[in-house]
Amino acid sequence: MAYFARRFAFFLATLWAAVTLNFLIPRLQPGDPAEAIVSRISGKGQTVDPAQLEAVRTMLGVPGGNLLEQYVRYLGAVFSGDFGVSYSYFPYSVTHMIGQALPWTLVLVGVTQILSFVIGTLLGTWAAYRRNTRVDSVITLGSTFVGTLPFFWIALLLIYVFAITLRWFPERGGYGGGSSPGWDWLFISDAFQHSVLPGLALLITGPIGWIIGMRNNMVQSLGEDHARLAVARGLPERRIAITYGARIAILPNVTGFAIALGSILGGTVLVETVFNYPGMGRLLLESVSNKDFPLMQAIFLFTTIGVLVANFLADILYGFLDPRVRKAEKS
Amino acid sequence: MSTPAPAVPTPGRDTESLQVAAVELGRRSGTPGRLPGRLGRPPGWFVILWRNRKCRIGLLILAGFVLVALFAPVLAPYDPRADEYPTSLGPTSDHWLGTTVQGEDVFSQLVVGARTSLIVGLAAGLLSTLIGLVIGLTAGYLGGWVDEILSFLINLGLVVPALPLMVTLAAYSPVHGLWLIIFVISVTGWAYGARIKRSQIITLRTRDYITAARFAGDGTARIIAREIVPNMTSLIVVGFMGAALAAIGGEAGLAFLGLGDPLTVSWGTMLNQASLGGAMITGQWAWLIAPGLALALLITSFTLINFGIDALSNPHLRED
Repeated sequence: MAYFARRFAFFLATLWAAVTLNFLIPRLQPGDPAEAIVSRISGKGQTVDPAQLEAVRTMLGVPGGNLLEQYVRYLGAVFSGDFGVSYSYFPYSVTHMIGQALPWTLVLVGVTQILSFVIGTLLGTWAAYRRNTRVDSVITLGSTFVGTLPFFWIALLLIYVFAITLRWFPERGGYGGGSSPGWDWLFISDAFQHSVLPGLALLITGPIGWIIGMRNNMVQSLGEDHARLAVARGLPERRIAITYGARIAILPNVTGFAIALGSILGGTVLVETVFNYPGMGRLLLESVSNKDFPLMQAIFLFTTIGVLVANFLADILYGFLDPRVRKAEKS
Repeated sequence: MSTPAPAVPTPGRDTESLQVAAVELGRRSGTPGRLPGRLGRPPGWFVILWRNRKCRIGLLILAGFVLVALFAPVLAPYDPRADEYPTSLGPTSDHWLGTTVQGEDVFSQLVVGARTSLIVGLAAGLLSTLIGLVIGLTAGYLGGWVDEILSFLINLGLVVPALPLMVTLAAYSPVHGLWLIIFVISVTGWAYGARIKRSQIITLRTRDYITAARFAGDGTARIIAREIVPNMTSLIVVGFMGAALAAIGGEAGLAFLGLGDPLTVSWGTMLNQASLGGAMITGQWAWLIAPGLALALLITSFTLINFGIDALSNPHLRED
């Protein structure tokens, strides 16, 4: 139990740190970002009601104010989910805009990451099973080479080849002009067509980490005593590879899966920008270029919390899968 | 993070075991107070790197990039920012890689871009290595509650998504100079190196020669500077390579998103402008492909050099 308690404490501490970081970043900036935003909204000929101004202030800070008092108010607002109003999408609230973008990213990243994990683990297992053969070197060198290619550049080339030259798939966006979001067939097939190229961009580089990790772990676990004993007992080679090698080798990849989410989310900022895909990454970049600080801070906070939750879940899962880590924490 | 994660899908970051192994060599060859090698003879570590074929290729490619960066003003046929040529040209004999939509020479931008990438890699690599070294050393050497707090910071730095943090930090700044970019990359990228250095120093701390130095009356600062750091040299070098690689990728990504320094020509801004300037629609494949290939080649050279560093720490991999 000590293991789980310690993991939970770490999760709470990182959560607090992320929320506090989100409080500090805008307050370290010179000037008054909240006031600047309000004056720009009024400049567009719209009226800001005092409650909205107050919400923006709570998020971004009042210069010269009492920091502790601001911090308490900020924590209260975060826990009640009140992130203020978006400047670029006024009068929509920040929470509303994130609610619009989140499903796109969740589906795209969720599906491609699970596929990457499965493909990567299978290829890595295959490379380790046929280690030091041609199959192994093709898989290992091939993935090392693809790993050196800049991620967003692959995305650009995909658009150039498949959208502009061959015209197989739409070039940008999440759905076409003819359909509107909803649970009808037209929209779903349209959204699927739009997601093929961004998905492919994520899938080309996605499995590399898993391939290399799985292969190296498995080569190592196949060299350990229990695997040698299995060889000595005359068990079939395939059974040794799967039961004695792969089952142990997959463990570190489980935690790796959650840790990788952080860099994957970075990747989605790039991919969503290249494909103009209506998810969180593009919304983040849009809010940056519009200087929509309330929206930007909230997206940063949501993204970080998402990664932290994923990490916590992976730690818990790992504790169940591998009893050794639970014991190691005790000693 | 109680368990190591060997599978972080960023190129250049999959070298943790290698980095830990690289220390073995440092421990043997990096004796403190060792006399400098005789003049005119390359040092031992360089010979081992050079004998490894993959590493030799990597070193040659990197040397090529360094030369291009040093002599960029001589090698670039035109001013990379002069927009006085015909716009959106394909490759011609005057403009080897064509021209941009503003009428700038793509080849000149490519040459000057090497300079930006290498400067960012060097500066941000050094800065994040330094931050990682200071935090990792302090945490590992002092232990106790200092270690608890710093380890927490390191773990936090590892899980916070780097690119969104970089974007957020860069967004508030009114000017996006190259040094701001370097600073943002360094403060978001130090944690990985700090973790490795911390675990390394924990194994070094309890060794006999450290105890001996302490009994001899050496202060903490002196022990760290004279006894510990020299034994971590190769680890620090490998960590620097990884950090530099991540920084080069980070700058390219930020610049591609349009958050880079607008006054500096870099491969990332080139791709950003190629994408916005319709290089795909006009079919200017050279403008689109050249900066990406240059980035890939630079990253490849680092990967190849890492093979050689692998050989440094593992005698079985040496090619004599």
